[in-house]
Amino acid sequence: MNAKATSTVSRQRIYRRRKFINRLALSLSLLAMAFGVFWLVWILWETLRWGVDGLNATVLTQSTPPPQVEGGGLANAIVGSLLMVAGATLIATPIGVMTGVYIVEYGRKSWLGKSTNFVNDILLSAPSIVIGLFVYSLVVARAETFSGYAGVMALALIVIPIVVRQTENMLALVPNALREAAYALGAPKWKVIISITLKAARGGVLTGVLLALARIAGETAPLLFTALSNQFFTWNLAEPMASLPVTIFKFAMSPYENWQKLAWAGVFLITLGVLFLNIIARVFLRDKN
Amino acid sequence: MNLTDRAFSWAAHLAALLTLALLGGIVVSLVLGASPAMEAFGLGFFVSKEWDPVQEKFGGLVMIYGTVMTSLIALVIAVPVSFGIALFLTELSPGWLRRPLGTAVELLAAVPSIVYGMWGLMVFGPVLARYVQTPLQKAFKGVPVLDGLVSGAPVGIGILSAAVILAIMIIPFIASVMRDVFEVTPPMLKESAYGLGATTWEVIWNVVLPYTKTGVVGGIMLGLGRALGETMAVTFVIGNFNQLNSLSLFEAANSITSALANEFAEAGAGLHQSALIYLGLILFIITFVVLALSRWMLWSLQRREGAKT
Repeated sequence: MNAKATSTVSRQRIYRRRKFINRLALSLSLLAMAFGVFWLVWILWETLRWGVDGLNATVLTQSTPPPQVEGGGLANAIVGSLLMVAGATLIATPIGVMTGVYIVEYGRKSWLGKSTNFVNDILLSAPSIVIGLFVYSLVVARAETFSGYAGVMALALIVIPIVVRQTENMLALVPNALREAAYALGAPKWKVIISITLKAARGGVLTGVLLALARIAGETAPLLFTALSNQFFTWNLAEPMASLPVTIFKFAMSPYENWQKLAWAGVFLITLGVLFLNIIARVFLRDKN
Repeated sequence: MNLTDRAFSWAAHLAALLTLALLGGIVVSLVLGASPAMEAFGLGFFVSKEWDPVQEKFGGLVMIYGTVMTSLIALVIAVPVSFGIALFLTELSPGWLRRPLGTAVELLAAVPSIVYGMWGLMVFGPVLARYVQTPLQKAFKGVPVLDGLVSGAPVGIGILSAAVILAIMIIPFIASVMRDVFEVTPPMLKESAYGLGATTWEVIWNVVLPYTKTGVVGGIMLGLGRALGETMAVTFVIGNFNQLNSLSLFEAANSITSALANEFAEAGAGLHQSALIYLGLILFIITFVVLALSRWMLWSLQRREGAKT
C-alpha cells in the first residue's frame, strides 16, 4: 500500500518534470524565432531610417563627390553596378543552364556528371574573395590594369553555380513520361531538351537567374581587386569601374560625413533592389508551383 | 545522330567541363601565386605573427586566428538559435504563420553582406560597446583572465562584434537546412512516439534529431563554411589591426578575408602580394574541406531517405 503511494508520487514528479522541460524547450524555441525576426526588423529599420536621410535629388544624377564637398551622388557607381551585373548575367546564364542540362540529361550516371555536381556545390559556397583573387591573377595581373571586364568575369563566376543548381533542380522535377512521349514522336534529343524539358522548367530557371542577380548586386569582395573603383562616370568596361558595393565600402570606412551619408543612401538602394528581386523570384516560383 | 544533336551534346559537355576546369583553375592560380611566399616562409607561415610589408617578413597566424575564432564564436551563437527556429517552424508554428516566418528568415539570408557590415559598424558596434563591453569591464575589473578578455577601448570593434554579425548572417542558412531535414523525418516515426505519450520536446530530441543527425551536422558545416569565407561584414567591424598580444574579444584584430580586402589592391607585385595569396589559398583549403564534409553528410542523409521509401 505504502509502496504504491510512493510510486504514484514519484511518477507524478516525473510527469511534472517532463512537462516542465517540454514547456521550457518550446518557449526557448519561440524566443529563438523572435530573436531571428528581431535582427531582420532592426537591420531593415536602420537601413530605412539612415537611407532615407541620405537620399537626395542628386543621388541618381551626379557622380561621387570629393570628400567634404556637399552634393554629388552615386550615378557612376549605379551605372557601373548595372553594367557589370548585366554583363555577368548574360555571360553566365547560358553556361550555367547548359551545365545543368548536362548534369540532368546527359551525365546522370557518368563520372563527369557526378563530379560536376560535386564541384558545383563547392563553388556555390566558395568564398567570393577567392574568386576575386583568381580573376586578378588571370586577367588583371596580365592586362596590368583593373577593368570593368575583370569585374564582369568575377561576378559571372559567382552566377554560374547558382544557375547550375537551380536548373538542375528544376529539370529533375520534369517527369520522365514527358521526355519519353517526345522521344516516341521521333524528336531528337536536343529538341526534346529545348522545347520540352527546358520549356517545362522555364519558370524555375528564371527564378534562379533572378536570385543570382540579387546575390551579385550586393557582392563586394570579388570586385575589390578586379573592377576596383573609379570616381568618374564611365561606360567603358576596359577602365576601372565604380560599383555600388565597393563605393559604399570606401565611403563608409572614411571619416567624411558627406561620404558616410552617401554610403547609407547606397545601402538603402541595394537593400531595396535585392529584396525586390527576391520577392519577385518567390512570387514567380509560387505561381509556377 | 544528326549534326544539331551532336553540337548540342557537345555544348552541354563543354559547359560541364568548364565548371570543372573552374575549380581546377582556382586551385592552380592560387598555388602559383602563393609559391614565392610558400618558398620563403614554408610552414612557419602558420605560426608566425609577424606581418611587416616594409621588411617583407610575413606570417599568417593573426589572420588565421581571427578567421577561425570569429567563425567558431559565430557558430556557438548561431547553432542553438537556428535549432530553435527550425523547431518552431516545423513543430510549433500555426500553419498560417509558417510561410511568412520562413520567408522572413530566408530574406535575412538574402540581405547583402555589405549591409550587415555597414549596420554593424554604425549601429550595432556602438550599442555592443556601450551596453555589453562597458558593464563587463566594470564587473571583471581586477579578475585575472576575464579582465583581459574584455579589455580595449569601447568602440565596438573587434572579434566579438564580427562574430555576432557573422552569427546573424549564418542563422538563416543553418535554420533553413535544419528545417528541411527535420521535415524528412517520416511522420510514422514521430506519430509512434507521440502515441507512446512522448512530449513534443521528447519527440524532437529522441526521435527527430537522431534520425536527422547527419543532415543537421551538414547544415552546421555549411554555415561554418559561409562564416569562414565571409568578407565584407567582417572587414567593417574587425578593426583590421595585426595584433595578437591581447586575446581580448573587444580589441581590434584581423582576419584572412579582411586582410585581403584591405591590402591586396595596394600591395605591389612581390612577396607581399604572394603572402596575401598564400592566405587566400589557406582559406580556400579550409572552406573546401568544411564544405566537402558538409555536402557528404547531407548527401548521405538523402541517400538513406531514398533507400527507405
